[in-house]
Amino acid sequence: MTEAERHKKAFLSGVKGGIPIGLAYLVVGFTIGITCRNIGVTPLQGAFLSITSLASAGEYAGLTVIAADAAYAEIALITLIASARYLLMGCALSQRLSPQMKFPWRFLIGYGITDEIFAISVVQPGWLDPFFSVGAILVSAPLWMIGTALGAILGDVLPPLLLAAFSVALYGMFISIVVVPARKETAVLVCVLAGWISSFALSKWRLTAGLSEGTRTILLTIVLGVAVSLLFPYDSEAEDAALEAEIARSEAKAALPAEEGGDAR
Amino acid sequence: MTHNVYVYIVIAGLVTYLIRILPLTLIRKPIKNKFIRSFLHYVPYVTLSVMTFPAILYATGSPLIGGLAMAAGVVSAWFGANSFVCAVVCSGSVFLLGLFL
Repeated sequence: MTEAERHKKAFLSGVKGGIPIGLAYLVVGFTIGITCRNIGVTPLQGAFLSITSLASAGEYAGLTVIAADAAYAEIALITLIASARYLLMGCALSQRLSPQMKFPWRFLIGYGITDEIFAISVVQPGWLDPFFSVGAILVSAPLWMIGTALGAILGDVLPPLLLAAFSVALYGMFISIVVVPARKETAVLVCVLAGWISSFALSKWRLTAGLSEGTRTILLTIVLGVAVSLLFPYDSEAEDAALEAEIARSEAKAALPAEEGGDAR
Repeated sequence: MTHNVYVYIVIAGLVTYLIRILPLTLIRKPIKNKFIRSFLHYVPYVTLSVMTFPAILYATGSPLIGGLAMAAGVVSAWFGANSFVCAVVCSGSVFLLGLFL
């Protein structure tokens, strides 16, 4: 496979992964747009917020600051807290970029670090091809922006039941992303169960119930992440070796014309 | 409003973007430390789990429906549903339950 063919394949694979994400983003944007409408942020401003931030929790948090007409410093701080998990995801994703990758590509891939695009990017075999990110971003980010504008324009036209159904779509995606690997990897199962239980407990405990959801997420991510890492050190070298063998196999397969239709991944 | 909405938006966008690109531009070598590698491997699962529950209980206005939708999603994902299918299962559950409950 030539380099151009590889990039094209990566781009199409990114588009394929990005379509369900984009549909979910249309809904995410829509719910954010309804919030915009409630606090008097115009559809244009909402669209601008979504395409620049591309962060569900961060946008919600930011909108509360805008609604309160608080100091500019406050939106910087709350955005930092609500989106701090992207810092951790960026660290994880940095391990998937070829050390030779140029800065412009890094700036572009960075824009697309959301929970969902990160999730599909970090599980790609081998070094991440930037064209994968381009494909995923192109089909998903604009839908988030359009959804926000639509929500701000016609938020309360939709029946409440339909809105309620839409509002859990994103959680459904999160559930699949964590539960599918939890079945194969005990440590991930521990992460998931501990995450659900402790998150519920902290939301009820009077010392922590007053904290924002974003702050509780940061606290639990750090505490549970450290605990699970100490209890179940991840054998990433064995994993890497398995991945490399897998890539070598799929490339060998792709080289054979007879196997052309098969997706070895 | 005494503050400009666009200034708020630009600040939020800049902070979010910086958070995202700093690790990608500053960390250019593989991290060898086993603990850090383990931590980075587990972080997404913890974060996404924490963000899902109990938030899903309050997303629909009915904790019962939210909880049942989550149960349906977990069962479907356990049997291999990808993220799109699982999202449809959760949304569909809320819609159907909302019609009858």
